[in-house]
Amino acid sequence: MHTTAAVPPSPAGKILWAAIAIVGAWCLGVVALRRGEPINAIWLVAAAIAVFVIGYRFYGRFIEHRVLRMDPTRATPAMLRNDGLDYVPTDKWVVFGHHFAAIAGAGPLVGPVLAAQMGYLPGTLWILVGVVFAGAVQDFMILGLSVRRDGRSLGNMLRDELGPTAGVVAMFGVLVLMMIVLAVLALVVVKALTHSPWGTFTVACTIPIALLMGIYLRWLRPGRILEVSIIGVALLLLSIWYGKHVADSPALAALFDFDARHLAWLLIAYGFCASVLPVWLLLAPRDYLSTFLKIGTIFLLALAIFLAAPTLQMAAVTRFVDGTGPVFQGNLFPFLFITIACGAVSGWHSIIASGTTPKLLSNEGEARMVGYGGMLMEAFVAIMALVAAASLHPGVYFAMNSPGALIGTTVEQAASTISQWGFVVTPDQLAQTARDIGEGSILSRAGGAPTLAVGMAQLLHNIIPGESMMAFWYHYAILFEALFILTTVDAGTRVGRFMIQEIAGLAYKPLRETHSWAGNLLATAICVGLWGYFLYQGAVDPLGGINTLWPLFGIANQMLAAIALMLCTVVVVKLKRERYVWVPGIPACWLVVCTLTAGWQKLSGPISFTAAADKYAQALADGKLLAPAKSMEEMQRIVTNNHVDAALTAIFMLLVLAMAAFALRAIAKAWGANHPTAQEEPYVALGSVAGR
Amino acid sequence: MMRALRALRRWAVQTARLCCGIPDYDVYVAHLRAHHPERPIPSYKEFFRERQEARYKGTGGRCC
Repeated sequence: MHTTAAVPPSPAGKILWAAIAIVGAWCLGVVALRRGEPINAIWLVAAAIAVFVIGYRFYGRFIEHRVLRMDPTRATPAMLRNDGLDYVPTDKWVVFGHHFAAIAGAGPLVGPVLAAQMGYLPGTLWILVGVVFAGAVQDFMILGLSVRRDGRSLGNMLRDELGPTAGVVAMFGVLVLMMIVLAVLALVVVKALTHSPWGTFTVACTIPIALLMGIYLRWLRPGRILEVSIIGVALLLLSIWYGKHVADSPALAALFDFDARHLAWLLIAYGFCASVLPVWLLLAPRDYLSTFLKIGTIFLLALAIFLAAPTLQMAAVTRFVDGTGPVFQGNLFPFLFITIACGAVSGWHSIIASGTTPKLLSNEGEARMVGYGGMLMEAFVAIMALVAAASLHPGVYFAMNSPGALIGTTVEQAASTISQWGFVVTPDQLAQTARDIGEGSILSRAGGAPTLAVGMAQLLHNIIPGESMMAFWYHYAILFEALFILTTVDAGTRVGRFMIQEIAGLAYKPLRETHSWAGNLLATAICVGLWGYFLYQGAVDPLGGINTLWPLFGIANQMLAAIALMLCTVVVVKLKRERYVWVPGIPACWLVVCTLTAGWQKLSGPISFTAAADKYAQALADGKLLAPAKSMEEMQRIVTNNHVDAALTAIFMLLVLAMAAFALRAIAKAWGANHPTAQEEPYVALGSVAGR
Repeated sequence: MMRALRALRRWAVQTARLCCGIPDYDVYVAHLRAHHPERPIPSYKEFFRERQEARYKGTGGRCC
């Protein structure tokens, strides 16, 4: 064995860690126990940082030395197969930056905002506990496993360790998950841009700006990414500024004023075009813009929270923990753990952690910082999103996130309904907020992005005052989220297309040819059709869509996390380190319990898709119209959509159960074996290749 | 001081490029020279185009 012994901490180190623990515990105590008076967000942020630092130093290190037994003397795939392109030994800070940029997306910004309906405390606790014991464990362990397996992907590792059938089942699960991810993210954009000429104009501007950048990069100054990105960001800021004139002029505003249905169609058409056009023209330049804007904005948000130090206006725990909340239905267990997926534990990361990152690490000793540390950073983003949402006036928060079917369509109706819930707000406050951000209305803009944007605008307005600056910041935040969501949609459609071609190729060989135009267009159309169906369904959904689709997304994402953690559990047993089986095993079981419970409640019971379908089917049989459906055809469509969602939930549950069965079978077999049976690559000493 | 700033700049540029899927060109050229002297060395333009195409080819994708 080539493990390194942990260095015992010095007395000064011990005192330092004890101090961090005491400060952290104190802050957490304030966050959790102070009732009746609002607390400052800094308590929450400080508690989070202390928990992350301690988790990283102690639990992360425990996993590194005891469970994964990362070995700094062992050559990594980057060292062994160095080809200068995919496998390149890279500085650990560069790998960390790359890994964080790849895992950070819209997920950690949306989930915590939705979960704020239960108050800030449940969400905070789940993010802190979830990330230390599940999310970061998953990212780190998958990275560690992949580094020991030539940088192989999650699908390949599942095939090797759990058997070929398990690999195929998981691949199918990933495809379905991706379609739901794309639909729900596109829906977030639709919700943010509905009847918002300013927002729609700025987001539309990203297309010509990207084309310009693409041409510049291709012919004028090839490969000058940073230069062209600076030009692109400047043009984007200009378009936000000009957007105000568009919104103010009735003639121009009419051109960019769409309802949810039309926006959904526009996005579907756009997604199709963007993924069949050459990547250098549209997809790649937008990707660069969104990457830099994303990192920049995350820093800006952190800066704003530290400087503005807002007071949390939302209660620590609201009455909606009982499952009657307007933003999403369902009890704290299991729905809090489904709603906040990214930020606490996200299955999608297992794909990134077994993608590019393991091929870049130059030393196994750096895996903890990249894998465990990268996920802690993402959890910090989630905490910031939660702070931004909880620092809003609760009345404004509920007005923005509750569906029109519950709070009505005028500020008077909304204010009276929400005040009855116990969050006293006046119609004037709601109208004033809309005026401040330069929008006609803030009602029922569910999906997280607008709420976060208002929160961010208020924070930034606090530190950089100025007339009408709040409207600028609001639209900046909307643009930044829309931009990187749309990049995910474009890139995801392309990836989905390749996956569909691969699956279709099993049935009919020529379809697999990724260069053939017919196969290409057909697979893209299928892919866009799949996510487009759910997007359109969400756009016309009476309860606003997010309400229906976000739980599906959460269930799917946590299902993938459960699968990744099952793989880790199997490998730990196969390595004959059974005494540590609980490290990935407990979070895996927890996620299986959460996804199955949530799935079951969505299949049968008062909040299920089946119940909704039955309600509308019954009314249809009686010849009655149920709001907000306006015709019998719409009633019929609602019934069909709910049946589709129920079927999908059942598929996810079957997937989890099937994978659990594969995992248990592999565990039982490995437990009985008297020697390690994991498929690791053989040990090669770093010293023997370093000079090569 | 200047050296530290230059190192920081190099780190930032390398990270920013890698986030966009473009690995370090100098490292690649050095690798080619050392291990495959028979292969032609692509210009930065050719290298950039090849990597740009490669980034959106495979599965994997990015996060939600």
